[in-house]
Amino acid sequence: MFGKLSWAAVPLDQPIPLIAGAVVLVAILAVVVWVIVAGHLPYLWREWITSVDHKRIGVMYVLLASVMLLRGFSDAIMMRAQQAVAFHSQGFLPPEHYNQIFSAHGTIMIFFVAMPFVIGLMNLVVPLQLGVRDVAFPTLNSVGFWLTATGALLVNVSLVVGEFARTGWLPYPPLSELTYSPGVGVDYYLWSLEISGVGTLVAGINLVTTVLKIRTKGMSYLRMPMFCWTTLASNLLIIAAFPILTATLAMLILDRYLGFHFFTNEAGGNVMMFMNLIWAWGHPEVYILILPAFGIFSEVVSTFSGKPLFGYRSMVLATMAICIISFMVWLHHFFTMGAGPNVNAIFGIASMIIAVPTGVKIYNWLFTMYGGRIRFTTPMMWSIGFMVTFIIGGLTGVLVAVPPADFLLHNSLFLVAHFHNVIIGGVLFGAFAGYTYWFPKAFGFRLHEGLGKAAFWCWLIGFYVAFMPLYAAGFLGMTRRMQHYDVPEWRPWLIVAGVGAVIITIGIIFQVAQLVISIRDREKLRDLTGDPWDGRSLEWATASPPPVFNFAVLPNITGEDAYWAMKAKAKARGQAEPKEPDYEPIELPRNSPTGFVCAFFATVMGFALIWHIWWMVIAGFIGAFATFVAFAWRDHDEYEIPADEVARIDRINLAERRNLVTAAGSV
Amino acid sequence: MNILDPQGPIAAAEKTILIDSIGIMLAIVLPTIVAIFAFAYWFRQSNTRAQYLPNWEYSGRIELVVWSIPTLTIILLGGVAWIGAHQLDPARPVEGTGSPIRIQVVSLDWKWLFIYPDQHIATVNTLTVPVGAPLRLELTSASVMNAFFVPQLGSLIYTMNGMVTHLELRADNEGTLQGLSGHFSGDGFPDMLFDVNVVSALSFPDWVASTARGANQVLNAESYQKLAQQSVPKDKMTFRLDDSRLFDAIATQKLPPGPGPQLTDNLAKPESGTANVR
Repeated sequence: MFGKLSWAAVPLDQPIPLIAGAVVLVAILAVVVWVIVAGHLPYLWREWITSVDHKRIGVMYVLLASVMLLRGFSDAIMMRAQQAVAFHSQGFLPPEHYNQIFSAHGTIMIFFVAMPFVIGLMNLVVPLQLGVRDVAFPTLNSVGFWLTATGALLVNVSLVVGEFARTGWLPYPPLSELTYSPGVGVDYYLWSLEISGVGTLVAGINLVTTVLKIRTKGMSYLRMPMFCWTTLASNLLIIAAFPILTATLAMLILDRYLGFHFFTNEAGGNVMMFMNLIWAWGHPEVYILILPAFGIFSEVVSTFSGKPLFGYRSMVLATMAICIISFMVWLHHFFTMGAGPNVNAIFGIASMIIAVPTGVKIYNWLFTMYGGRIRFTTPMMWSIGFMVTFIIGGLTGVLVAVPPADFLLHNSLFLVAHFHNVIIGGVLFGAFAGYTYWFPKAFGFRLHEGLGKAAFWCWLIGFYVAFMPLYAAGFLGMTRRMQHYDVPEWRPWLIVAGVGAVIITIGIIFQVAQLVISIRDREKLRDLTGDPWDGRSLEWATASPPPVFNFAVLPNITGEDAYWAMKAKAKARGQAEPKEPDYEPIELPRNSPTGFVCAFFATVMGFALIWHIWWMVIAGFIGAFATFVAFAWRDHDEYEIPADEVARIDRINLAERRNLVTAAGSV
Repeated sequence: MNILDPQGPIAAAEKTILIDSIGIMLAIVLPTIVAIFAFAYWFRQSNTRAQYLPNWEYSGRIELVVWSIPTLTIILLGGVAWIGAHQLDPARPVEGTGSPIRIQVVSLDWKWLFIYPDQHIATVNTLTVPVGAPLRLELTSASVMNAFFVPQLGSLIYTMNGMVTHLELRADNEGTLQGLSGHFSGDGFPDMLFDVNVVSALSFPDWVASTARGANQVLNAESYQKLAQQSVPKDKMTFRLDDSRLFDAIATQKLPPGPGPQLTDNLAKPESGTANVR
């Protein structure tokens, strides 16, 4: 009846996952009970869960990423603690548990923190920057989000029901094959990523179509803000790369479920095929993450320097160059698997070539600051911290692209330090910069600056204390994923790294406090103008939070930095828009529970597949398909906001802006 | 295990490339970092002496320079990579005194088997080699992937089932070095350590003879399959080699791959765990 599932799946003998799982369960139940008792459920259902508004979906993506960051970070803390104590001893985590933790840490941080964070920010901001009312496929967007949430949920279910993969964040066969990993851990990994991978692909298609097809009047490609360009590049990569991941994992699923032999030792299976395929996705993936962060830094540095981005066209060229070259370097992940010298050398050089456009970007941000009037707000602090940290990460990255150097450093803690250097120092700092920068746009009030800066310093210092020692341990020959060790030289570095993790913990506490206190003091931090930072692009041209239709009248733009130009014109005139625009009724897509219902059935199906509960698989599949059919047969998919209502909403914000311009004019 | 303290020519050459590459890059990275701090500090909003250029967004000359600097660096480093990849190709023969010592390396769950086909002996978790002689390694895996790595001799290389990789090394100083697996291979992975005893050219034959005499076990297809079971051996085993083509039988999968964990009847928890393999 329940396939492989039985009470033995609950790790009653292991206190750590059990207590962690119980705490999470209690917390979730408490929130659910509070929501129902306080009567918020109808509101949540109407305004958020079924919402197809890109801003709401963006916020939910970021929320998902933030919650999962806490989960992934608690894994990190356990790993650092284990390695700090497991000298000549087994530490406090047995290998079966430790191996799950580092696998879950990597999987969660990449797929359920970094990805939803950047996709969330792109969702929130890109349509606003393009000056339009919505994304290309609003309901599909909601489906994409909820499928991502399904993947995250399944990974967390593995904490209390069964186990997670013990094979690393990329399940290299043959270790991940049935012979060597007979448990359900790898199946949890595979189905979580198959389902969330569909969600990511859908998000990518949606955003590419939006950037290519839906822009406001006058928004030619070379007038788009840099963030839109990096969004385009990143999502093109998603469309090209994620199907490879889905197909590769599907092959592994066929091996494990139906006795195929794609990657097995026996019957002609070939693990090298897995290496090539997984990294053909895996290397573009890191650029999928970092390119949006580059876009965020471009916006932030330009805004807080009070200048247009230096070398805009150069930046566009560099972005698209990275987009293309990132597909030609995957082999540098396995120089040490015995490829010939020509192959190694060519892929090594190709990998280095990416450093050229990346270096150009650094210099362009540098010259954007030149001649500026730099305001050191929290987003700008993250950006400067990023520039310095990322250069170091780039240096170590180019170093491991030199094959002979890689022969010494492959899979060492040096490599671990390198990719944390670029992912924390690049993607995560970018995500935090974007979060602080666009928070007032999403919610209408700013985040507390002091706590934001405290969080920044803890993260920055904590990062260096945690990861510089790992570079050193890598020079001492330490490989990654060691559950225990006997080499005394490694230990001091691992203890220092543990201290770094504690400093980062303090940073995270500051971030939580910042959010709580900012919500408490929201009236004090309120921004009525919609333009709290003296911004340059169109998202600042509307109210904060923007009305559901974004813009009462679609802006008509005439150059780069569209909103800056509008403000300059208004200031020169000494007043805001001379006359009120002609308001027209606006049609918007109806909210739809399709995404949520689909994801509900996908969760059921995924769980059933993991545990071989075949009747439930069929039920889940039919449910998801029926939801899709019901959605496809809908008759009314839009509703209209009358012109009077549009005018009423817009006048409130216009009045605030008029005050702003008058105040500026009188100075 | 310090890679900055190499004990052989391969590791030494790789370390040189490592240090040189860092040096080349620091030459542009350090000034850039300084410039970031300098620009950020000088152009702070409160500095009234700094010039404000609100519309300055393009300079062809600067563009040329900023594209040139990383390009030139990468051309230089690309040359290093090209030459280095060829000269330090792991399979390229290394010069040394005497005839090459052939060693066949098999990674097992979770230990290393070193077969000396010419000396007709085999050892587990100890690699004994003569100083100065070229070491000709052929490597494969009995089950999952691992990576053979002696940090102070250089050149990590993967071991994979059904495939043979080649590595040429040389140890230049007598002493004991530490080797380990460079690729995660399951629950016993951190125990996949091995000692590399570098002995004098004269005492190597003595070691071979005493090992052959002292070995009370014979390595053949049967004892190999027992060895291939998951285990973390406490003591260092030695074998007399019965079948000098054993390695080929493993690499060509004539001998079946390692069996993996023992299964239990409990479908929800099919593995018996690793407590029993220690």
